[in-house]
Amino acid sequence: MTILAIDTSNYPLGVALIEENQVLGEYITNLKKNHSVRIMPAIQTLMKDCERVPAQLSKIVVAKGPGSYTGVRIGVTIAKTLAWSLKIPLVGVSSIEIMAAGAGRYFDGYISPLIDARRGQVYTGLYEYQSGKLTTVKEDRLVLSVDWAATLKEVNKPILFVGNDLPLHQAAIEETLSTQAVFAAITEHNPRPSELALLGKDKQGEDIHSFVPNYIRLAEAEAKWLEANGKILKG
Amino acid sequence: MGEYMIKDQWIMGIETSCDETAVAIIKNGREIAANVVASQIESHKRFGGVVPEIASRHHVEQMTIVIEEALKEADITLSELDAIAVTEGPGLVGALLIGVNAAKALAFAHNIPLVPVHHIAGHIYANRLVKELTFPLLSLVVSGGHTELVYMKEQGHFEVIGETRDDAAGEAYDKVARTLKLPYPGGPHIDRLAQEGSDTLNLPRAWLEEGSYDFSFSGLKSAVINTVHNAEQRGETIAPEDLAASFQESVIEVLVKKTVKATEEYKVKQVLLAGGVAANKGLRRELEKTFSTKADIDLVIPPLNLCTDNAAMIAAAGSIMFDKGVRADLSLNANPGLDIELYN
Ligand SMILES: [Zn+2]
Repeated sequence: MTILAIDTSNYPLGVALIEENQVLGEYITNLKKNHSVRIMPAIQTLMKDCERVPAQLSKIVVAKGPGSYTGVRIGVTIAKTLAWSLKIPLVGVSSIEIMAAGAGRYFDGYISPLIDARRGQVYTGLYEYQSGKLTTVKEDRLVLSVDWAATLKEVNKPILFVGNDLPLHQAAIEETLSTQAVFAAITEHNPRPSELALLGKDKQGEDIHSFVPNYIRLAEAEAKWLEANGKILKG
Repeated sequence: MGEYMIKDQWIMGIETSCDETAVAIIKNGREIAANVVASQIESHKRFGGVVPEIASRHHVEQMTIVIEEALKEADITLSELDAIAVTEGPGLVGALLIGVNAAKALAFAHNIPLVPVHHIAGHIYANRLVKELTFPLLSLVVSGGHTELVYMKEQGHFEVIGETRDDAAGEAYDKVARTLKLPYPGGPHIDRLAQEGSDTLNLPRAWLEEGSYDFSFSGLKSAVINTVHNAEQRGETIAPEDLAASFQESVIEVLVKKTVKATEEYKVKQVLLAGGVAANKGLRRELEKTFSTKADIDLVIPPLNLCTDNAAMIAAAGSIMFDKGVRADLSLNANPGLDIELYN
């Protein structure tokens, strides 16, 4: 079993190849550069270096968001096209879950990865390792970081915050949670594509044609149209 | 099978520059084996125009479905393709990215050459699906985003001799349609109304300076808006049919006269109409009438389904670019401002 994992959902760009019991290789950068230019060459180079060809792939795992709309679409489009044309399963994993998986594996408490969503908002969720398995405590969402901190004050466990956007929200979190909040080191902030591959390893393949990113938010024009036409927004 | 039989060339075209997700397969540059277009027009109607973010979301939903359908329709497999041609630009960047990345993934997974195509080159090459091109030729490209006169001395070589300095003809149509409160997209409605009215309003023609093949439609658009506004102030109404006819006459007269002048200067053998506005009946009729008196110039106008955005035209242009040796590697990006003369 050879799994290719692809993550272009946020600034960190990641590709990994894993087989049964080992990570063959992974590539990560954290740059504000165009993912569309760099992701396919990154996949090509990694596979070449690991001496694997596309026909040997048995599964594609992709970070399905939330994150940059354009970024997540690039990864999802490539993943769908590869999986469909190679006739192999496609699995999507939350971009937030990937961050929790790496940073929180040996942390005793909850893990809350953060991705900045502008205007004081974050994409986040709450995760926990239970008997070595990552589980969701609170679903991924878009929320003001101050509101999120207030919500987390109610849970009675230390919380590990992780993500490159921490500096934008750390003060707000610390103010509410003080010592309940633990902040990961910078080496933990980039989501590891090998963790993405591992998270998707035992998951069942999804329907490829209907697979879409998890944007969390409606397109702005859509939201405005619904509002103007008196429709109630769900979720 | 003869020993010296020439192998057929199969090219897949992928087009996602605006609001159509399109995949086609073309044999030997001119024969359509499959031409699948998933239009999003219904999704954008309620917004009165194409919303880029919504267009991009739809492309992700449609892309693999449309690829599969095209292969089925052509009854071939990916391994039989000689190349994948994809629209590199111009267009909406988020929309272009879906086609470009799907094309790159296919090219990588199945080791197929990748050929970048300019969207307007595609529109021009839609004509080759109707008739073989004869050079030198001139193409009048009129679409929502483009109004250009393109001179071609040979296959795959493009020289823009005139272009719009402000609005594209299609944009002017949309804005005038909005003034007339016609539903989106407004072009076909104006064309229809114009058939019922007459050119009574004497709207301006923008000829620009002597010898220029450039266009300008923003003055005409403003003239229409002012005419309607002034009439309203006087408590009068202008028949929308006459307004549409007057507007359309002005656009067509400038387009056709500049085209004719260019054919004389450049001594072309063929004139091609290209782009979505090529569906306009008034424009077709005027071009046909004008060129019917010029026996040495062959006028080609593609059928409607090849005038609007499609991928058969991208594959047709891709076939020529493939023969010219144009290739992209996996770093190919969407280029919303791509220059048509880049691959000359
Ligand atoms: Zn077009």
